Amino acid sequence: MQWLAKCKRLVLLGLVAGMVGCASIPAGVEPSPHDPWEPFNRSVFEFNEGLDAYLLKPVVAGYRFVLPEFVRDGIYNFFSNYSDIYTALQNLLQGKPDYAFSDLMRVVVNTTFGLGGLIDMATPGGLPKHKEDWGQTFGVWGIPSGPYVVLPFFGPSNVRDTFGTAADMESDYLFRLLPDVALRNSITGLRVVNARNTYYEAGDLLDGAAIDKYSFMRDAYIQRREYQINEGREDREPLMPVYENPYE
Amino acid sequence: MKTHKTIQKYFAVLLSSLLLIAGGVSAQAVDQSTPDGLIKTVVSEVMASVKSDPEIQKGNIPRIVDLVEKKIVPYTDMRRTTEMAMGPNWKKATPEQQTQLISEFKNLLIRTYSGALSQLRDQTIQFKPLRAAPDDKEVVVKTVVIGRGDPIPLDYRLEKTSNGWKVYDMNIMGVWLVEAYRNQFANQISQNGVEGLVKFLQDRNKQLAAAKPAN
Repeated sequence: MQWLAKCKRLVLLGLVAGMVGCASIPAGVEPSPHDPWEPFNRSVFEFNEGLDAYLLKPVVAGYRFVLPEFVRDGIYNFFSNYSDIYTALQNLLQGKPDYAFSDLMRVVVNTTFGLGGLIDMATPGGLPKHKEDWGQTFGVWGIPSGPYVVLPFFGPSNVRDTFGTAADMESDYLFRLLPDVALRNSITGLRVVNARNTYYEAGDLLDGAAIDKYSFMRDAYIQRREYQINEGREDREPLMPVYENPYE
Repeated sequence: MKTHKTIQKYFAVLLSSLLLIAGGVSAQAVDQSTPDGLIKTVVSEVMASVKSDPEIQKGNIPRIVDLVEKKIVPYTDMRRTTEMAMGPNWKKATPEQQTQLISEFKNLLIRTYSGALSQLRDQTIQFKPLRAAPDDKEVVVKTVVIGRGDPIPLDYRLEKTSNGWKVYDMNIMGVWLVEAYRNQFANQISQNGVEGLVKFLQDRNKQLAAAKPAN
Protein backbone atom coordinates (compact mmCIF):
# COMPACT_ATOMS: atom_id res chain seq x y z
CA MET A 1 0.00 0.00 0.00
CA GLN A 2 2.99 2.26 0.48
CA TRP A 3 3.54 2.56 -3.25
CA LEU A 4 0.01 3.81 -3.57
CA ALA A 5 0.69 6.63 -1.14
CA LYS A 6 3.85 7.43 -3.09
CA CYS A 7 1.93 7.41 -6.34
CA LYS A 8 -0.60 9.80 -4.92
CA ARG A 9 2.13 12.17 -3.78
CA LEU A 10 3.74 12.03 -7.22
CA VAL A 11 0.49 12.81 -8.98
CA LEU A 12 -0.18 15.68 -6.60
CA LEU A 13 3.29 17.04 -7.28
CA GLY A 14 2.70 16.92 -11.01
CA LEU A 15 -0.62 18.63 -10.53
CA VAL A 16 0.88 21.47 -8.53
CA ALA A 17 3.67 21.86 -11.07
CA GLY A 18 1.08 22.03 -13.82
CA MET A 19 -0.93 24.67 -12.00
CA VAL A 20 2.01 26.84 -11.05
CA GLY A 21 3.26 26.93 -14.61
CA CYS A 22 0.06 28.66 -15.68
CA ALA A 23 -0.05 28.40 -19.47
CA SER A 24 -0.73 31.66 -21.24
CA ILE A 25 -3.23 32.09 -24.04
CA PRO A 26 -1.46 32.01 -27.41
CA ALA A 27 -1.19 35.50 -28.90
CA GLY A 28 -4.05 36.44 -31.18
CA VAL A 29 -6.51 33.94 -29.69
CA GLU A 30 -9.88 35.55 -29.15
CA PRO A 31 -10.98 35.08 -25.55
CA SER A 32 -14.20 33.07 -25.38
CA PRO A 33 -17.06 34.46 -23.30
CA HIS A 34 -17.60 30.93 -21.95
CA ASP A 35 -14.03 30.59 -20.76
CA PRO A 36 -12.93 33.40 -18.43
CA TRP A 37 -10.42 31.10 -16.69
CA GLU A 38 -8.63 30.16 -19.90
CA PRO A 39 -5.00 30.54 -18.67
CA PHE A 40 -5.70 28.24 -15.71
CA ASN A 41 -7.71 25.83 -17.86
CA ARG A 42 -4.96 25.64 -20.45
CA SER A 43 -2.42 24.63 -17.82
CA VAL A 44 -4.67 21.87 -16.48
CA PHE A 45 -5.29 20.81 -20.08
CA GLU A 46 -1.51 20.53 -20.60
CA PHE A 47 -1.24 18.45 -17.44
CA ASN A 48 -4.02 16.12 -18.62
CA GLU A 49 -2.44 15.81 -22.06
CA GLY A 50 0.86 14.79 -20.49
CA LEU A 51 -0.84 12.33 -18.17
CA ASP A 52 -2.68 10.83 -21.11
CA ALA A 53 0.33 10.58 -23.39
CA TYR A 54 2.73 9.15 -20.81
CA LEU A 55 0.46 7.07 -18.63
CA LEU A 56 -3.10 6.40 -19.69
CA LYS A 57 -2.64 5.90 -23.43
CA PRO A 58 0.29 3.46 -23.04
CA VAL A 59 -1.69 1.51 -20.44
CA VAL A 60 -4.67 1.34 -22.81
CA ALA A 61 -2.37 0.25 -25.65
CA GLY A 62 -1.21 -2.62 -23.43
CA TYR A 63 -4.82 -3.43 -22.54
CA ARG A 64 -5.67 -3.67 -26.23
CA PHE A 65 -2.61 -5.82 -26.88
CA VAL A 66 -3.26 -8.27 -24.05
CA LEU A 67 -7.03 -8.68 -24.20
CA PRO A 68 -8.83 -9.89 -27.31
CA GLU A 69 -11.58 -7.66 -28.67
CA PHE A 70 -14.48 -9.78 -27.42
CA VAL A 71 -13.17 -9.59 -23.85
CA ARG A 72 -12.82 -5.80 -24.08
CA ASP A 73 -16.33 -5.63 -25.51
CA GLY A 74 -17.59 -7.74 -22.60
CA ILE A 75 -15.95 -5.40 -20.08
CA TYR A 76 -17.35 -2.40 -21.90
CA ASN A 77 -20.85 -3.90 -21.96
CA PHE A 78 -20.70 -4.83 -18.29
CA PHE A 79 -19.97 -1.27 -17.15
CA SER A 80 -22.40 0.10 -19.70
CA ASN A 81 -25.15 -2.11 -18.32
CA TYR A 82 -24.28 -1.02 -14.80
CA SER A 83 -24.47 2.65 -15.76
CA ASP A 84 -27.91 2.13 -17.33
CA ILE A 85 -29.31 1.82 -13.80
CA TYR A 86 -28.08 5.36 -13.08
CA THR A 87 -29.32 6.55 -16.44
CA ALA A 88 -32.80 5.24 -15.60
CA LEU A 89 -32.71 7.13 -12.32
CA GLN A 90 -31.54 10.33 -14.03
CA ASN A 91 -34.25 10.07 -16.68
CA LEU A 92 -36.82 9.75 -13.93
CA LEU A 93 -35.41 12.87 -12.25
CA GLN A 94 -35.53 14.67 -15.60
CA GLY A 95 -39.22 13.89 -16.05
CA LYS A 96 -38.76 11.35 -18.82
CA PRO A 97 -40.47 8.24 -17.36
CA ASP A 98 -40.74 6.54 -20.77
CA TYR A 99 -36.95 6.76 -21.18
CA ALA A 100 -36.45 5.58 -17.60
CA PHE A 101 -38.67 2.57 -18.23
CA SER A 102 -36.82 1.71 -21.43
CA ASP A 103 -33.48 1.98 -19.58
CA LEU A 104 -34.74 -0.32 -16.85
CA MET A 105 -35.90 -2.82 -19.46
CA ARG A 106 -32.40 -2.68 -20.94
CA VAL A 107 -30.90 -3.61 -17.59
CA VAL A 108 -33.36 -6.48 -17.15
CA VAL A 109 -32.77 -7.84 -20.67
CA ASN A 110 -28.98 -7.47 -20.57
CA THR A 111 -28.54 -8.82 -17.08
CA THR A 112 -30.55 -11.97 -17.85
CA PHE A 113 -30.26 -12.78 -21.58
CA GLY A 114 -27.01 -10.81 -21.89
CA LEU A 115 -25.21 -12.96 -19.31
CA GLY A 116 -24.96 -10.46 -16.50
CA GLY A 117 -24.43 -7.54 -18.84
CA LEU A 118 -21.51 -8.96 -20.84
CA ILE A 119 -23.53 -8.85 -24.06
CA ASP A 120 -25.77 -6.00 -25.12
CA MET A 121 -28.93 -7.77 -26.26
CA ALA A 122 -31.18 -4.76 -25.70
CA THR A 123 -29.78 -2.49 -28.44
CA PRO A 124 -30.40 -4.89 -31.34
CA GLY A 125 -33.71 -5.75 -29.64
CA GLY A 126 -34.89 -2.18 -30.18
CA LEU A 127 -34.10 -0.59 -26.81
CA PRO A 128 -31.55 2.13 -27.57
CA LYS A 129 -29.02 3.19 -24.96
CA HIS A 130 -29.31 6.63 -23.41
CA LYS A 131 -26.62 8.15 -21.30
CA GLU A 132 -27.54 10.55 -18.56
CA ASP A 133 -25.65 11.96 -15.62
CA TRP A 134 -26.20 14.45 -12.80
CA GLY A 135 -24.75 17.32 -14.84
CA GLN A 136 -27.43 16.81 -17.50
CA THR A 137 -30.16 16.50 -14.89
CA PHE A 138 -29.04 19.79 -13.30
CA GLY A 139 -29.15 21.30 -16.79
CA VAL A 140 -32.69 20.04 -17.38
CA TRP A 141 -33.70 21.56 -14.05
CA GLY A 142 -32.58 24.92 -15.40
CA ILE A 143 -29.29 25.33 -13.52
CA PRO A 144 -26.93 27.33 -15.76
CA SER A 145 -23.63 25.77 -16.78
CA GLY A 146 -21.37 28.50 -15.43
CA PRO A 147 -17.90 29.07 -16.92
CA TYR A 148 -15.96 26.33 -18.67
CA VAL A 149 -13.52 24.44 -16.45
CA VAL A 150 -10.89 21.83 -17.26
CA LEU A 151 -10.65 19.43 -14.35
CA PRO A 152 -7.44 17.54 -13.63
CA PHE A 153 -7.88 13.86 -14.66
CA PHE A 154 -11.51 14.35 -15.76
CA GLY A 155 -10.93 16.86 -18.54
CA PRO A 156 -13.48 19.30 -20.02
CA SER A 157 -16.25 20.39 -17.67
CA ASN A 158 -18.02 23.47 -16.37
CA VAL A 159 -19.06 24.60 -12.93
CA ARG A 160 -22.39 22.79 -13.08
CA ASP A 161 -20.88 19.59 -14.45
CA THR A 162 -18.15 19.67 -11.79
CA PHE A 163 -20.86 19.36 -9.17
CA GLY A 164 -22.52 16.81 -11.43
CA THR A 165 -19.39 14.66 -11.60
CA ALA A 166 -19.01 14.85 -7.83
CA ALA A 167 -22.64 13.73 -7.41
CA ASP A 168 -22.13 10.96 -9.97
CA MET A 169 -19.22 9.57 -7.98
CA GLU A 170 -20.99 10.00 -4.67
CA SER A 171 -24.01 8.00 -5.89
CA ASP A 172 -21.92 5.33 -7.61
CA TYR A 173 -22.07 2.04 -5.75
CA LEU A 174 -18.98 0.45 -7.32
CA PHE A 175 -16.90 3.56 -6.75
CA ARG A 176 -18.09 4.65 -3.36
CA LEU A 177 -19.91 1.99 -1.41
CA LEU A 178 -18.49 -1.41 -2.26
CA PRO A 179 -17.07 -2.61 1.09
CA ASP A 180 -13.95 -4.36 -0.24
CA VAL A 181 -11.46 -1.53 -0.80
CA ALA A 182 -8.94 -3.45 -2.90
CA LEU A 183 -11.69 -4.72 -5.20
CA ARG A 184 -13.17 -1.26 -5.39
CA ASN A 185 -9.86 0.26 -6.47
CA SER A 186 -9.27 -2.45 -9.08
CA ILE A 187 -12.74 -1.92 -10.50
CA THR A 188 -12.18 1.83 -10.67
CA GLY A 189 -8.87 1.28 -12.46
CA LEU A 190 -10.50 -1.03 -14.98
CA ARG A 191 -13.29 1.46 -15.55
CA VAL A 192 -10.83 4.25 -16.29
CA VAL A 193 -8.96 2.09 -18.78
CA ASN A 194 -12.22 0.92 -20.35
CA ALA A 195 -13.47 4.50 -20.67
CA ARG A 196 -10.24 5.68 -22.32
CA ASN A 197 -10.30 2.65 -24.61
CA THR A 198 -13.60 3.77 -26.15
CA TYR A 199 -11.88 6.98 -27.29
CA TYR A 200 -8.70 5.30 -28.47
CA GLU A 201 -9.20 6.01 -32.16
CA ALA A 202 -11.28 9.13 -31.67
CA GLY A 203 -8.35 10.69 -29.78
CA ASP A 204 -6.06 10.36 -32.78
CA LEU A 205 -8.80 11.74 -35.01
CA LEU A 206 -9.05 14.81 -32.81
CA ASP A 207 -5.30 15.44 -33.04
CA GLY A 208 -5.58 15.50 -36.81
CA ALA A 209 -8.76 17.56 -37.02
CA ALA A 210 -8.00 20.35 -34.56
CA ILE A 211 -6.03 23.50 -35.34
CA ASP A 212 -5.81 24.36 -31.64
CA LYS A 213 -6.78 21.26 -29.68
CA TYR A 214 -7.61 23.15 -26.48
CA SER A 215 -10.22 25.46 -28.00
CA PHE A 216 -11.50 22.72 -30.32
CA MET A 217 -12.25 20.49 -27.35
CA ARG A 218 -13.75 23.35 -25.41
CA ASP A 219 -16.09 24.47 -28.18
CA ALA A 220 -17.11 20.87 -28.86
CA TYR A 221 -17.74 20.18 -25.17
CA ILE A 222 -19.96 23.24 -24.74
CA GLN A 223 -22.01 22.32 -27.82
CA ARG A 224 -22.25 18.66 -26.90
CA ARG A 225 -23.50 19.22 -23.36
CA GLU A 226 -26.16 21.61 -24.58
CA TYR A 227 -27.26 19.00 -27.13
CA GLN A 228 -27.34 16.21 -24.54
CA ILE A 229 -29.48 18.25 -22.17
CA ASN A 230 -32.03 19.05 -24.87
CA GLU A 231 -32.17 15.71 -26.66
CA GLY A 232 -35.20 13.52 -26.24
CA ARG A 233 -37.38 16.45 -25.27
CA GLU A 234 -40.01 17.50 -27.75
CA ASP A 235 -40.46 20.85 -26.04
CA ARG A 236 -36.80 21.87 -26.22
CA GLU A 237 -35.30 20.89 -29.54
CA PRO A 238 -31.58 21.65 -29.65
CA LEU A 239 -31.06 25.11 -31.09
CA MET A 240 -29.54 25.23 -34.53
CA PRO A 241 -26.43 27.34 -34.72
CA VAL A 242 -27.00 30.45 -36.81
CA TYR A 243 -24.06 31.17 -39.08
CA GLU A 244 -23.31 34.63 -40.34
CA ASN A 245 -23.52 34.56 -44.08
CA PRO A 246 -20.55 36.54 -45.37
CA TYR A 247 -22.61 37.79 -48.30
CA GLU A 248 -25.47 39.27 -46.33
CA MET B 1 -55.34 -12.91 -52.01
CA LYS B 2 -52.15 -14.39 -50.70
CA THR B 3 -50.76 -15.38 -54.07
CA HIS B 4 -51.66 -11.94 -55.36
CA LYS B 5 -49.51 -10.37 -52.67
CA THR B 6 -46.65 -12.77 -53.33
CA ILE B 7 -46.69 -11.88 -57.01
CA GLN B 8 -46.72 -8.20 -56.15
CA LYS B 9 -43.77 -8.68 -53.86
CA TYR B 10 -41.94 -10.64 -56.53
CA PHE B 11 -42.37 -7.83 -59.01
CA ALA B 12 -41.30 -5.28 -56.47
CA VAL B 13 -38.08 -7.17 -55.84
CA LEU B 14 -37.50 -7.66 -59.55
CA LEU B 15 -38.08 -3.99 -60.23
CA SER B 16 -35.80 -2.82 -57.47
CA SER B 17 -33.00 -5.13 -58.55
CA LEU B 18 -33.36 -3.83 -62.11
CA LEU B 19 -33.15 -0.30 -60.78
CA LEU B 20 -30.09 -1.29 -58.79
CA ILE B 21 -28.38 -2.62 -61.90
CA ALA B 22 -29.33 0.49 -63.84
CA GLY B 23 -28.00 2.58 -60.96
CA GLY B 24 -24.75 0.65 -60.95
CA VAL B 25 -24.27 1.27 -64.65
CA SER B 26 -25.13 4.95 -64.79
CA ALA B 27 -24.27 5.83 -61.17
CA GLN B 28 -27.01 8.44 -61.36
CA ALA B 29 -29.66 6.70 -59.33
CA VAL B 30 -29.14 8.80 -56.20
CA ASP B 31 -32.45 10.41 -55.48
CA GLN B 32 -31.76 14.07 -54.75
CA SER B 33 -35.37 15.18 -54.79
CA THR B 34 -35.92 14.71 -51.05
CA PRO B 35 -33.28 15.38 -48.38
CA ASP B 36 -33.91 12.21 -46.37
CA GLY B 37 -34.04 10.14 -49.55
CA LEU B 38 -30.64 11.54 -50.54
CA ILE B 39 -29.02 10.78 -47.19
CA LYS B 40 -30.48 7.27 -47.12
CA THR B 41 -29.17 6.41 -50.55
CA VAL B 42 -25.73 7.92 -50.05
CA VAL B 43 -25.26 6.35 -46.62
CA SER B 44 -26.33 2.89 -47.71
CA GLU B 45 -24.16 3.05 -50.83
CA VAL B 46 -21.12 4.11 -48.82
CA MET B 47 -21.70 1.40 -46.23
CA ALA B 48 -22.10 -1.26 -48.89
CA SER B 49 -18.87 -0.12 -50.57
CA VAL B 50 -16.90 -0.18 -47.32
CA LYS B 51 -18.20 -3.59 -46.34
CA SER B 52 -17.41 -5.15 -49.70
CA ASP B 53 -13.92 -3.68 -49.99
CA PRO B 54 -11.24 -5.35 -47.83
CA GLU B 55 -8.71 -2.71 -48.89
CA ILE B 56 -10.81 0.06 -47.34
CA GLN B 57 -11.28 -2.00 -44.20
CA LYS B 58 -7.50 -2.31 -43.94
CA GLY B 59 -7.32 1.48 -43.96
CA ASN B 60 -6.07 2.03 -47.51
CA ILE B 61 -6.29 5.83 -47.52
CA PRO B 62 -6.19 6.49 -51.30
CA ARG B 63 -9.04 4.00 -51.72
CA ILE B 64 -11.11 5.69 -49.04
CA VAL B 65 -10.41 9.14 -50.47
CA ASP B 66 -11.52 7.85 -53.85
CA LEU B 67 -14.75 6.50 -52.37
CA VAL B 68 -15.48 9.78 -50.58
CA GLU B 69 -14.77 11.83 -53.71
CA LYS B 70 -17.10 9.68 -55.83
CA LYS B 71 -19.94 8.88 -53.44
CA ILE B 72 -20.08 11.70 -50.91
CA VAL B 73 -18.50 14.89 -52.26
CA PRO B 74 -21.00 15.31 -55.17
CA TYR B 75 -23.80 15.69 -52.61
CA THR B 76 -22.05 18.25 -50.45
CA ASP B 77 -21.57 21.98 -50.83
CA MET B 78 -18.04 22.48 -49.54
CA ARG B 79 -18.06 26.09 -50.66
CA ARG B 80 -20.96 26.87 -48.36
CA THR B 81 -19.35 24.85 -45.54
CA THR B 82 -16.11 26.80 -45.86
CA GLU B 83 -17.89 30.15 -46.13
CA MET B 84 -19.86 29.51 -42.96
CA ALA B 85 -16.81 28.33 -41.06
CA MET B 86 -14.90 31.44 -42.17
CA GLY B 87 -17.72 33.86 -41.36
CA PRO B 88 -16.82 37.54 -41.85
CA ASN B 89 -13.21 36.56 -42.65
CA TRP B 90 -14.36 35.02 -45.92
CA LYS B 91 -14.37 38.41 -47.63
CA LYS B 92 -10.78 39.04 -46.55
CA ALA B 93 -9.64 36.09 -48.65
CA THR B 94 -8.73 36.58 -52.31
CA PRO B 95 -10.58 34.39 -54.84
CA GLU B 96 -7.46 32.17 -55.13
CA GLN B 97 -7.26 31.85 -51.35
CA GLN B 98 -10.96 30.99 -51.25
CA THR B 99 -10.45 28.18 -53.74
CA GLN B 100 -7.43 26.95 -51.75
CA LEU B 101 -9.36 27.08 -48.49
CA ILE B 102 -12.27 25.09 -49.90
CA SER B 103 -10.03 22.36 -51.22
CA GLU B 104 -7.73 22.19 -48.17
CA PHE B 105 -10.64 22.16 -45.72
CA LYS B 106 -12.28 19.42 -47.75
CA ASN B 107 -9.06 17.39 -47.68
CA LEU B 108 -8.68 17.89 -43.94
CA LEU B 109 -12.21 16.59 -43.36
CA ILE B 110 -11.69 13.62 -45.67
CA ARG B 111 -8.36 12.76 -44.03
CA THR B 112 -9.67 12.97 -40.50
CA TYR B 113 -12.82 10.98 -41.17
CA SER B 114 -11.31 8.37 -43.46
CA GLY B 115 -10.15 6.46 -40.38
CA ALA B 116 -13.70 6.36 -39.05
CA LEU B 117 -15.02 5.15 -42.42
CA SER B 118 -12.58 2.23 -42.47
CA GLN B 119 -14.01 1.15 -39.10
CA LEU B 120 -17.48 0.53 -40.53
CA ARG B 121 -18.38 -3.14 -40.03
CA ASP B 122 -21.61 -4.33 -38.46
CA GLN B 123 -23.08 -0.89 -37.76
CA THR B 124 -26.63 -0.10 -38.73
CA ILE B 125 -28.04 3.34 -39.37
CA GLN B 126 -31.35 4.35 -37.91
CA PHE B 127 -33.18 7.18 -39.66
CA LYS B 128 -35.37 9.43 -37.58
CA PRO B 129 -38.58 10.78 -39.13
CA LEU B 130 -37.98 14.00 -41.05
CA ARG B 131 -39.60 17.02 -39.53
CA ALA B 132 -39.88 19.59 -42.27
CA ALA B 133 -42.45 21.45 -44.29
CA PRO B 134 -42.58 20.66 -48.03
CA ASP B 135 -41.41 24.16 -48.98
CA ASP B 136 -38.45 24.27 -46.57
CA LYS B 137 -35.17 25.32 -48.15
CA GLU B 138 -33.11 24.00 -45.23
CA VAL B 139 -33.62 20.79 -43.29
CA VAL B 140 -31.85 18.57 -40.79
CA VAL B 141 -31.86 14.82 -41.40
CA LYS B 142 -31.26 12.97 -38.16
CA THR B 143 -29.69 9.55 -37.95
CA VAL B 144 -28.16 7.35 -35.28
CA VAL B 145 -25.25 5.00 -35.91
CA ILE B 146 -25.79 1.84 -33.91
CA GLY B 147 -22.93 -0.55 -33.47
CA ARG B 148 -20.50 -1.50 -30.76
CA GLY B 149 -20.49 0.90 -27.89
CA ASP B 150 -22.79 3.84 -27.44
CA PRO B 151 -25.08 4.89 -30.28
CA ILE B 152 -23.66 7.88 -32.14
CA PRO B 153 -26.10 10.61 -33.21
CA LEU B 154 -25.16 11.82 -36.68
CA ASP B 155 -27.21 14.62 -38.23
CA TYR B 156 -26.90 16.27 -41.63
CA ARG B 157 -27.87 19.82 -42.43
CA LEU B 158 -28.94 20.28 -46.02
CA GLU B 159 -29.93 23.14 -48.28
CA LYS B 160 -31.96 23.07 -51.46
CA THR B 161 -29.91 24.24 -54.41
CA SER B 162 -30.63 24.37 -58.12
CA ASN B 163 -28.73 21.06 -58.33
CA GLY B 164 -30.86 19.32 -55.72
CA TRP B 165 -30.26 18.93 -51.99
CA LYS B 166 -26.71 19.36 -50.74
CA VAL B 167 -25.19 18.68 -47.33
CA TYR B 168 -23.24 21.62 -45.89
CA ASP B 169 -22.94 20.81 -42.19
CA MET B 170 -22.84 17.71 -40.03
CA ASN B 171 -23.51 17.10 -36.38
CA ILE B 172 -21.51 14.36 -34.70
CA MET B 173 -22.55 13.46 -31.16
CA GLY B 174 -24.01 16.90 -30.62
CA VAL B 175 -21.27 18.95 -32.23
CA TRP B 176 -21.83 20.87 -35.46
CA LEU B 177 -18.78 20.74 -37.67
CA VAL B 178 -18.99 24.32 -38.93
CA GLU B 179 -19.57 25.66 -35.43
CA ALA B 180 -16.57 23.72 -34.14
CA TYR B 181 -14.29 25.16 -36.82
CA ARG B 182 -15.39 28.78 -36.61
CA ASN B 183 -13.17 29.68 -33.65
CA GLN B 184 -10.36 27.53 -35.03
CA PHE B 185 -10.32 29.49 -38.27
CA ALA B 186 -10.87 32.91 -36.68
CA ASN B 187 -7.99 32.40 -34.23
CA GLN B 188 -5.59 31.19 -36.88
CA ILE B 189 -6.49 34.18 -39.07
CA SER B 190 -6.04 36.73 -36.27
CA GLN B 191 -2.64 35.18 -35.53
CA ASN B 192 -1.28 34.65 -39.03
CA GLY B 193 -3.80 36.05 -41.49
CA VAL B 194 -5.72 34.21 -44.20
CA GLU B 195 -2.35 33.28 -45.73
CA GLY B 196 -1.39 31.63 -42.43
CA LEU B 197 -4.58 29.58 -42.31
CA VAL B 198 -4.09 28.34 -45.88
CA LYS B 199 -0.52 27.37 -45.06
CA PHE B 200 -1.53 25.69 -41.80
CA LEU B 201 -4.14 23.56 -43.57
CA GLN B 202 -1.71 22.65 -46.35
CA ASP B 203 0.96 21.59 -43.85
CA ARG B 204 -1.49 19.62 -41.74
CA ASN B 205 -2.83 17.77 -44.79
CA LYS B 206 0.69 16.87 -45.90
CA GLN B 207 1.44 15.64 -42.40
CA LEU B 208 -1.73 13.53 -42.31
CA ALA B 209 -1.03 12.13 -45.77
CA ALA B 210 2.44 11.05 -44.65
CA ALA B 211 1.21 9.47 -41.40
CA LYS B 212 0.41 5.79 -41.32
CA PRO B 213 -3.23 4.77 -40.91
CA ALA B 214 -4.27 4.28 -37.31
CA ASN B 215 -5.16 0.61 -37.63
